[in-house]
Formats: sequence, structure tokens, C-alpha cells
Amino acid sequence: MIAYIIRRLLLLPVVVAGVSVLIFALMMLMNPLSRLAVYVDSPDALKQGPQQLEAMVESLGLNDPPWVQYARWMNELLHGNFGWSESARQPVMQAIGRLLPASAELTLYAAFPVVFLGIWLGKVSAVHQDKSIDHLTRVSAIVGWSFPTFVFGILMLMIFYGMHRWLPPGRLSLWASRIVHSDAFTSYTGMHTVDAVLNGNPAVLGDALRHLVLPVITLAYVSWALILRLMRSSMLETLRQDYIVTARSKGLRERVVINKHARRNALLPVTTVAGLMVTNLLNGVVVTETVFNFRGLGAFAATAAVQLDMPGILGFSLFNGVLLVLTNLTVDILYALFDPRVRLD
Amino acid sequence: MWVLKQLFTRPLSLVGFLLLFAFIVIAVFAPWIAPPKYANEPYRIPRDGYWAEPKPPNAQHLLGTAEGQYDIFYGVIWGTRTAFKVGIIITVSACAIGMIIGSVAAYYGGFIDEILMRITDIFYTLPFLVAAMVLTVVLGRSLENSMIALICFTWMGYARVIRSEILKIREIDYTQAARALGASNLRILLRHIIPNALYPIFVMVSMNIGSMVISISTLSFLGLGAEVGYADWGQMISLARNWMMGSAGNAAAYWFTVVCPGVPIILFVLAWNLVGDSLRDVLDPRMRGTR
Repeated sequence: MIAYIIRRLLLLPVVVAGVSVLIFALMMLMNPLSRLAVYVDSPDALKQGPQQLEAMVESLGLNDPPWVQYARWMNELLHGNFGWSESARQPVMQAIGRLLPASAELTLYAAFPVVFLGIWLGKVSAVHQDKSIDHLTRVSAIVGWSFPTFVFGILMLMIFYGMHRWLPPGRLSLWASRIVHSDAFTSYTGMHTVDAVLNGNPAVLGDALRHLVLPVITLAYVSWALILRLMRSSMLETLRQDYIVTARSKGLRERVVINKHARRNALLPVTTVAGLMVTNLLNGVVVTETVFNFRGLGAFAATAAVQLDMPGILGFSLFNGVLLVLTNLTVDILYALFDPRVRLD
Repeated sequence: MWVLKQLFTRPLSLVGFLLLFAFIVIAVFAPWIAPPKYANEPYRIPRDGYWAEPKPPNAQHLLGTAEGQYDIFYGVIWGTRTAFKVGIIITVSACAIGMIIGSVAAYYGGFIDEILMRITDIFYTLPFLVAAMVLTVVLGRSLENSMIALICFTWMGYARVIRSEILKIREIDYTQAARALGASNLRILLRHIIPNALYPIFVMVSMNIGSMVISISTLSFLGLGAEVGYADWGQMISLARNWMMGSAGNAAAYWFTVVCPGVPIILFVLAWNLVGDSLRDVLDPRMRGTR
């Protein structure tokens, strides 16, 4: 087991290197002048005349063969220099550190309904296979699956902000934002709801929650179908197993059979899609944050991509890659721990 | 025959096929439903002046006009053709690339397999939407380039599925029998393995056509797909961005700018998802007889 974990962790740098090669290849499609931003630490260096910029391109060797440039670029990364993000107006690492809590807050709140509602409805749907409740959940799941995130988000905004002014876009109202950035308010985690509780400030908590409701619903609605479908088919498969028949013939109550014997076993395959869910949620975060003007990592990535802020894109992609590899590793380990039939070696 | 009967008797699958059929009819008869104003540029939505504020549905513009007086009805009708074009071209190209890589990996095995699959893994680790956005911007903003970008970052699923299907089928009795009869490797691959590995690919393709239409409209919405005024549903919704909050006194004044292009996207994707879902139920031998 330990050997397996170590081997998988050793694969992490390989994947990260692969991602960096791909991103670098994308960068090489652009002209040297636009690539200059990767190598400077502040925007002032980019505000010089064309001749100076040309000289900088030459002195940084941006016209060198690609592999030479890659080696130098990698060297910078290994020394912790991720470059200056033009779209965030901040060094990349700082920008990610500042924006991550916002996205983490959004994603965590969205993940709860996705996971619990998805699993519960999947179970209900399987137990009542081909009854009206089964049809209803399946239809609503597939309709949700067919909704583009941005269309759903815009409709929500139109209804709950445009028409009723209940749930505004953004992360905080102006007054709450002033409190959060004042000296009296300590930012422990950067997640406004958590910080508000820790500071004992119910007004800020309320305001932060008001801003979170719509993005969380949007993010959750478009991804719960995945879990539901998997849970349903896994549950159907489990309910046909011999040990379920045995449990029933022992005279156990149906509730016990379903919740104790079937659900636990049906849950196992569902955990394997955690990696896929992380991918889904991250894609969802990019669109959701853009639609709701919610300043987090996703909106940052979208702006960086549109403005070709390569250091920003690179930072986000590497973060994304590491997160995915670690999620999949955790899932594999948990799977082996829960299911004695699985052996990792 | 059994498959066809199953496909057309299940209510959900029937709804999917009917929706799809309706979209095909609209796409085919687009020139008659909404005659183009510019004969050689049918995808250019005709404008009625240059006034910014959208106009609600009226006799002249059945679904109203979007920002810049683009006729929404025309855009919705011709957008159907764009959706089919975009969805099918992206999915079929990605599928072809994935099938080539997957079958080469499975066929040669060993070192080549290892390399190809690790490359696939790395593509999987990229943030899909952001990577597609970057490639589109690097290549230059246009519908064609955003399609290329999506093809580049969606072939991996097909490669994995076709590879694992081939590896599975290779060990099954009928393949062994063909080998015992002296059939060549290539003949086994083309005549026995690929046809049997195809059904999960069918399901994936029909599901992916829908999700590609979502992706391309998301790119268009973010300003990276079709240019302004092109008959594309996502681009038309991006025209609504400035009018979401309505006008003074009437918050829902511009609902049609979102709803009219939004509903076709949802229905189009829903149609493909329903068809894909029922294809899976019907074609997957493990699901047979379970319902």
C-alpha cells in the first residue's frame, strides 16, 4: 500500500511536467513580444518603448529554439517564480492564494447538495425503479444535464436579481466589503461566511450567504445528474446481488436491507467519479463565477485565458492538475480501504 | 429490428427522437422558414437599424430583436444549422482522433501503449474549458478556431474507451476463434474487434454532440466563438448580457433576449442526451431485460 502511494506520488511531477510542456507548446504559438509578461515581476517593465521591449526579448532569449526556452522557463518555475499575472495585476502565486478561498467556499457549498442529494435521489430512484418517482428524478436530472451553466445562471440572475432584487451578483455588498477589509475584521480563512462566524458578525454572514445562494444553486444544478445516474445504476446492480436476497430471506426489514446492505455497497463505485466531479466543478466554477461576477479562481482563469495572460493560465492549469492527481489518488486509496476485494499493488 | 422497436416505444427516447427530428426539419428548411437577406452569407443575421436597445416580439420580428437590432427569429432558425454543424464536426473529428490513438495503443501495446496513454492522461489533467479558451485566443477568435480548440481537448475519452474495449474483446472467444482460423491481425481488428467496440462509442458520440453544443455556446458567450451577428445561439445570448437587469420599472423587459436563444440550446442538447441515454439502455447487453 505504502509503495503504491509513493509510486503514484512520484507520478505527480511527471504529470505536472507534461501539463507544463503542453502549456508551453501553446505559448510558443504566440509571438515573442506577447510572451514577455512571463519573465517580468512587475507591470512597469512592460511599459517601455518598442525598442527597449525588443531588446528585452533579445536579452531574455525569446527568439531562441523552443527547447532552450523551455529549460530556462522550467528553471524559473523551480525557483518559485511563476511570473506576473497581467489580468490579476499581481504575481501569480499571490493571486491564486488570494482568490482560492472564494472558489473553495463556492465549491464546498455546492458539493454538499450535489453529493448528498445525488446519492439520496439515486437510491430512491433505484428502489422505486420504473415508478413515477424514478421517472421524475431521471427526467429532471437529464434536463439539468442539458442546461448550459451560463444560461441557467443568467436566468437565475434575471429572476432573483433583475425582477426582485433579492439575490445580488458579486461576493459582498459594498458595506459588507468595507467591514471585511477594515482592521476590526480578521480574515482567518478568506472564506467570508467562515470568517464572519469567527468574527461573530451575523450581518456580514447574512450578506455573504445572500451572494452565495445563486452561484451555489447554479453550480450544483448542472452537476448533480452525474452522481444521481451513477448511484442509480450502481444501486440497481447491487439490489440484484445474492447477499441482498439472503438479507431479505433472513427476514430483515426492507429499510435495513436497503440502507445497511445495499446502499453501502452501491456507494463504492460512486466514489470513483470524484475526479470527474472535480473536473466538472472546476469547469462549472469558471463559467459560474464569470456570470455572477464572483471574484474567484474561475473568473480569474477565464479573464486570464481571454487576455492571454500566460502566467495566470499556467498557474491555474498546474493548480488544476495537482488537484486532480491528488483527488484520484485519494479516491483509489479510500476505495482499497473500504472494499476488501480491491488490492493496490 | 428489436433495437429499433425498443428505441421508438420508450417514451423518453421517443421524445428525444421527435425533438431531434423537429430540429432536422428546421435546419433543412431554414432558407424557406427564414429567407436570408444576404444570399451568399446566410449565417449573417439581418439587422433592422443600429439602435442598441432590444425590441420585444412584434409582427415584423416574431421573437423580437437583440442588441444592435439583430432579428432573433432568424438567428434561432439558422442557429439550428450552426448547432448541427458544430456538434457533429467536433464530435466526429474528436472521435476519429481518439479511435486512431486508442486502437494504435491497444494494437501495439507495450511501450507505445504506455506513451500514448500517458499523453492522454496529461490532456485529461488540463482544465478543459480554459485550455480551449486559450487555444482559441492563440489561433484567433472565430467559430472555426474554437471548434479546432474543442477537438484538441475532447478526443481523450474516445481513446480510453476504444482501447479498453479492444483489450476486452481481444480475449473473448470469437476473437480467439478467428485467430485460430488464421485471420490476420488487421482483419481481426477491422472485422471483429472494432464493430463490437462501437456501441459504447455510439452512446458517447450522441451524448457529446449535445455537450459540444454547450461548450461552443459557452465559448461564444465568453466572446471567443462566432463573431457578433453570426447565427449562433451562444453568441446571441452574449448579446443579452447588458440587458439582463431589464429597464427602469420593468425588470423583465428583455426576457426574450435570453429565453429565445436559450430554449433551443436546452432542447437541442436534451434531444441528443435522451437519444444517447436510450441508445445505452438498448444497446448495452448488460442492461437488456432489466427493465
